[in-house]
Parts: sequence; structure tokens; C-alpha cells
Amino acid sequence: MDVRFINPFLNGTVQVLKTMAFVEPKAGKPFLKKDSLARGDISGIIGLTGAARGSLALSFSESCILKIVSNMLGEEIKTLNGDIKDAVGEITNMVSGAARKELETLGFNITAAIPTVVAGKDHSISHVLGGPSIIIPFETPQGPFVVDICIGGVSGGQ
Amino acid sequence: MSVDKNLKILIVDDFATMRKVIRNLLKQGGFENIVEAEDGAAALKILKSQPVDFIISDWNMPNMSGLELLKAVRGDDELKALPFLMVTAEALKDNVVAAVKAGVSNYIVKPFTAEVLNEKIEKIVKSLAA
Repeated sequence: MDVRFINPFLNGTVQVLKTMAFVEPKAGKPFLKKDSLARGDISGIIGLTGAARGSLALSFSESCILKIVSNMLGEEIKTLNGDIKDAVGEITNMVSGAARKELETLGFNITAAIPTVVAGKDHSISHVLGGPSIIIPFETPQGPFVVDICIGGVSGGQ
Repeated sequence: MSVDKNLKILIVDDFATMRKVIRNLLKQGGFENIVEAEDGAAALKILKSQPVDFIISDWNMPNMSGLELLKAVRGDDELKALPFLMVTAEALKDNVVAAVKAGVSNYIVKPFTAEVLNEKIEKIVKSLAA
């Protein structure tokens, strides 16, 4: 995968969570993932097309996403309910938007599809290109989450 | 001049959670007179049945997108003067141009804070009053 794609998604994730949920995640070292197993309890996945093709997934631990969405809504949420699923879709959408804005400045025009959300222990993530994917792990005081990106077929860029 | 906090604001977004988030941010700015619609078509029904002072609409929605709603509002003699703030995750140049061409009052890119949202509302209301 083109390494120029990592930073925009990393920056977009931090920006979205900091602004909307007042949570400042700390990024760890990216690594390669060869299986399709999600690294969290709930994941948002969005397809990307245009100057590159692939998909982005955000996969959150339960404790982490409960805190994020509670902060976003200004009310405490204790279970993975419909509000949480909705919010995971919206967060995925926003991260993709922020990353694509940064990628546009690098000469990559990418469009995104509608996000889907999958929940449950040991659920899998089906990337558009099948895999392998790059994982960017993040830590928050309430638990971990990962950004899981699988992008190929890159054309354009500066 | 301060903005009237009793402005009736219509939030249009297909994600119920995002409507809640925007409602929460508006509350922080003192705005509590809020109605909601889940897409452009539902928003038009509300606009035709009750007075609304300000529209905050998402871009990407099923049935009728934010851009289609904006065009419908600007094309309606009774509604065309309504302030229209477009909310979107798409900050791409083509989208901004399309929204400006269609007569959007202002544009806000997700993610945003309560301060930014309330500043945009004030800016639009003040420019209309000037």
C-alpha cells in the first residue's frame, strides 16, 4: 500500500475524535494485518473509489466507543445500542471526509460510499480488495481502537 | 446585535445520532427551538407546514440530498429567503462550488465544534440583517 495514504487517515481520525468527542487518541506503530478478523467490538467500513480503490474501517473496543459517543451526545450511554451504531457510521464517514480532503491536496481525488456498521465479538471486516490491510492502532484512556485501511490501484498524486 | 436564541432551527440529517449531536451543539449556544427531519423530502414537508427561521442540512441523504433540498428551497417563493447552512463531511472543491452556485448561505465541514457552528449561524443571521 502507498504509504502516503497512512498520514491523512491518521490525522483525520485524531481531528474527528478530538473535535466531536473531546477524546485525544494516541497513535501506535502501524502494522500489516493478513486476516479479516476485526480488532474491535464494533466497526464502521466505507468503500473508496477514484484515484485509489479500497476501503477504510474503524474498529472500536466497547469501552472506547461508549465514551466517545457519550461525549458526542452529551449523555451517558452504557450499551452498544442503535445510537452507537449510527455514530460509528458517522465517525467513519467524517474520518473518510477529513482524510480525503488531505488527499485532495496531494492530488488524489477520491469519493466514498455509504458506511456500513458491523458489531459483535470476533466479527470480520471484508475489505473491498480482500486484503492485506494496514492497521494503525490507537489508545485512549477508555480503551483501544484501530484504523484498518486496505487501498490499492493508486493513480495520480503529486 | 446578538442573534435571537428563539430562532426556530430545522436540522436535516438521515443519521438520528448526528441530529442529536447537532442539537447538543446548538444547545450549548443557547438554541433550544429545534425541529428535525431525516431527509430533504421530510424537511420540505415541515417547511410547508410550519414556520422555520433557519435550516441546517446534511449533504448526503437518501430520498432527497441536502443539495436538492437547497435547490427546492431557493426555487420556492415562500421559502427562498431562508438561511441555509450546509453540513457535510465533503470539503471537496467541486461540492463547495455546487453548493455556492445553488445559493447556500454558508458551509460547515464535519467535524466541527459548538463554537464554530454558532459562529456560522451568527454570521449568516447578521449578514441577512445588514
